[in-house]
Amino acid sequence: MVRALYTLRIPSSTRYLEVVRRFVEQHARTAGLSETVISELKLAVDEACTNIIKHAYKGRPDQPIDVAVLLEPTRFVVRIRDQGDAFDLAHYREPDLQTLIRRRQGGGLGLRLIRKLMDQVEYRSLGRYNEVQLVKHLPSATGTDAAKPPSTNT
Amino acid sequence: MSNFSVAFRRNDNIQILDLYGELDAHTAPELEAALQQCLREGRYQILVNGRNLDYISSAGLGVFMAYIEEIREKGGDLKIAELKPNVYNVFDLLGFPLLFDIVNTEAEALERFARQERPVPPTSPNP
Repeated sequence: MVRALYTLRIPSSTRYLEVVRRFVEQHARTAGLSETVISELKLAVDEACTNIIKHAYKGRPDQPIDVAVLLEPTRFVVRIRDQGDAFDLAHYREPDLQTLIRRRQGGGLGLRLIRKLMDQVEYRSLGRYNEVQLVKHLPSATGTDAAKPPSTNT
Repeated sequence: MSNFSVAFRRNDNIQILDLYGELDAHTAPELEAALQQCLREGRYQILVNGRNLDYISSAGLGVFMAYIEEIREKGGDLKIAELKPNVYNVFDLLGFPLLFDIVNTEAEALERFARQERPVPPTSPNP
């Protein structure tokens, strides 16, 4: 099902965000994705890794973040795993921009961006590690609806 | 090694910050330091020129969010000009054009400073 798998491990420091962006950019470009989609993937993976560094690892800079690019027949998937604190999606409320400004807070917008940029976002806690999958559907070979579920392959 | 930098320029009483490179969670503290320097020196009319800014993440946007209230309370404003389309798109996705003065050219931003124009935030945000 997965046609190709590329992996990268970085330490949980923001200095490696640039490395992750280049990694995803390179594979997205090789896969023939549009410049717009490449930009969206770079930003989403940056936001996801930033959240892991800040929240899952609480700023500890030497913990592992495993990034994998999965090329599937109908999807381009970036899978990111960490071994930090699990993200509690059930209790997460998206902040309002004006409220953040009033409180002079700068953070809290990463997840909103990820959701806007990706076709699909999945979180899982799998025992020792947490996983997020950032998904872009590929334009189908027949040039029809790219948003079709994978099962409708012809 | 950082792939981001800020250069300082003045136009009359307007402090212009030219941003270069990629603004993410690693480089955002450099922008924060630049804004703090402006505030320490009492410069509250700030124009950010994004002509050479290639990338921004929410950590970069967060710096603007954290300081805009203080700047406006002091009677100033932070205006943003000449963003590349891919960078503007990130501001737009998060609704920044409603709350920040984002214009196409530096000249336009300077004119708006001269006329003391800035956006009026909506009372009930419509994301």
